[in-house]
Amino acid sequence: MPDSNQPLLAVEDLKVHFRISKGFLFGKKVGAVRAVDGVSFAVERGETLGLVGESGCGKSTTGLGIIQMPRPTSGKVLFDGVDLTQIDSETLRRTRRHLQMVFQDPYASLNPRLTVEKIIAEPMVVHDLEQGSAVRERVRELLHLVGLDPRVITRYPHEFSGGQRQRIGIARALAANPSFIICDEPISALDVSIQAQIINLLKDLQEQFNLTYLFIAHDLAVVRHFSDRIAVMYLGRIVELANRSDLYDTPKHPYTRALLSAVPLPDPKRERQRERIILKGEVPSPIRPPKGCHFNTRCPLAKTICFEEAPEIRDFSGHQVACHLVQ
Amino acid sequence: MGEPLLRVEGLRTIFQTSKQVVTAVSGISYSVDAGETVGIVGESGSGKSVSMLAVMRLVPSPAGRITEGRIWFQGRNLLDLNPAEMRAVRGKDIAMIFQDPMTSLNPVLSIGKHLVEPLKLHLGLTTTQAKTRAVELLQMVGIPDAANRLNDYPHQFSGGMRQRVMIALGLSCNPKLLIADEPTTALDVTIQAQIIDLVKRLRREFGMSVIWITHDLGIVAGLVDRVIVMYASHVVETASVDDLYEDPRHPYTLGLLSAIPRLDAAERTRLTPIPGKPPDLSNPPKGCPFAPRCGFSTADCLSEKPTLREVAPGHFSMCHLELSKQAFISLREVRVNA
Repeated sequence: MPDSNQPLLAVEDLKVHFRISKGFLFGKKVGAVRAVDGVSFAVERGETLGLVGESGCGKSTTGLGIIQMPRPTSGKVLFDGVDLTQIDSETLRRTRRHLQMVFQDPYASLNPRLTVEKIIAEPMVVHDLEQGSAVRERVRELLHLVGLDPRVITRYPHEFSGGQRQRIGIARALAANPSFIICDEPISALDVSIQAQIINLLKDLQEQFNLTYLFIAHDLAVVRHFSDRIAVMYLGRIVELANRSDLYDTPKHPYTRALLSAVPLPDPKRERQRERIILKGEVPSPIRPPKGCHFNTRCPLAKTICFEEAPEIRDFSGHQVACHLVQ
Repeated sequence: MGEPLLRVEGLRTIFQTSKQVVTAVSGISYSVDAGETVGIVGESGSGKSVSMLAVMRLVPSPAGRITEGRIWFQGRNLLDLNPAEMRAVRGKDIAMIFQDPMTSLNPVLSIGKHLVEPLKLHLGLTTTQAKTRAVELLQMVGIPDAANRLNDYPHQFSGGMRQRVMIALGLSCNPKLLIADEPTTALDVTIQAQIIDLVKRLRREFGMSVIWITHDLGIVAGLVDRVIVMYASHVVETASVDDLYEDPRHPYTLGLLSAIPRLDAAERTRLTPIPGKPPDLSNPPKGCPFAPRCGFSTADCLSEKPTLREVAPGHFSMCHLELSKQAFISLREVRVNA
């Protein structure tokens, strides 16, 4: 029996490495892209954990590692107490019903040959949830729920705008009555005036169905608005994890501080006065991450120890940081 | 104040297919002074990029056509120039950098070839002189080991580095006007900060005017002197950057500002989205283009298109209701409570 006190999802030392091989067919392994290199976090029931970082930091791969697509290289993914990395694919398939995803690109994530009805009904069919006319009834109900006219069920994805397609993607995610939804950059492909519509919709649905979200995004203002707690990732690792106000008001990790100071504010007066930390260089390759702290090549504060030893993540009354220099 | 560097008057650009005519830019006017940085803000399809392609005379033809208007640049109407004269302006006096540096650089030409060509063509440098200058330009935009990277191809550079190459290319002939079309949209936020910092520094050094096209109201706040807001092929508001953010006079601008989550907001408040979606430009609404989505529209707004009027000194808005931000907000509260 699931214990309602334990977190809905607990990820322990998750690693997802992609093998690089050389030679045709039976190529031998010559290296690995360490996309996710040991991350741990928990998501409590009903909360939203934001996962933020720049492109290539491993935030999306973390999401994919949770749903076991691909199977992680090592680590545990405990969903409702069950380790998804240990169960067989049939059990996994049945468990995935509770774990759904909303993708970034509403153009690429809907099959252009299927009608809206087929798209949204698919999870119900796969998981054998509804039969016959009940399926159509439920599709209509879901469309209504996400703010679309239920009469559109016979249409195809190309007949919709980006914002409407994202609503269809959300309806599909809800079709199997999941408890946990991974939202991977759900608004970054949308126009500014549409983004707020989708943010508000996701929030309303969370309240209505007591959903738990992992919200993956690169936009720090959106993540702050949406999440209860936030994890900041850099080059395959979590560098800082704290609740919203702690992270944004008193960021401890030098990377988080630089990231926050790089976000432009829509306020000309404050922009002129702001001190901006401009990081030098770029994110190193995850094939050969730097020795020691992954951030040491760009960190304005790096000391000798940062080049020698990888910092452990340490807890300061609920505010976790992986930095040698934080006391 | 003398004649502005760039003055666009009544510019209209259409795209015609066998089935329909789409008005991408409907009779817009604005000007850019020498040394001024202007931000053009709008969503996809608002006409912001097409209006700049028109200035460069690069509107894709035969589908796209400039049907009306004049584009005055240094005393000449660019629309009167023949192709050879226009080529002499393009890249030399007016340079443009694009959103995606991968598709705007030629993948089979080295970075050196990209940089040397305009220097020889526009400035008449010899190959050796041009190469020396190319290395200087790459150093100026912060490309490490510039001399050795001249022979590298675009795919050997990261996204941020490619955008730096694009900027070096844009600045190679000391343009008077640099048009930047969403140059940081494809980049990460820390790299975006580097590029914005670079453009700010180079703008000072070169004393050029910059037009920065973006959908991000945050970027322009710290970068530009004046903002032009475009919606559905129209300029709906233009003002100095301080006035625009402090006292937006067009409901669309106000809507955009309340629809984005802000890092500097005190607490989480529910966002106020703009309902609906932008109009179909092949069949635009008869009255104000924003009226179908506007929370304040009246019968007038739906039947008659407003003109861009000066609502405060230097502050123009295309709205029948000449209200202040405060008036809009109280009006909105009244509606919500009712």
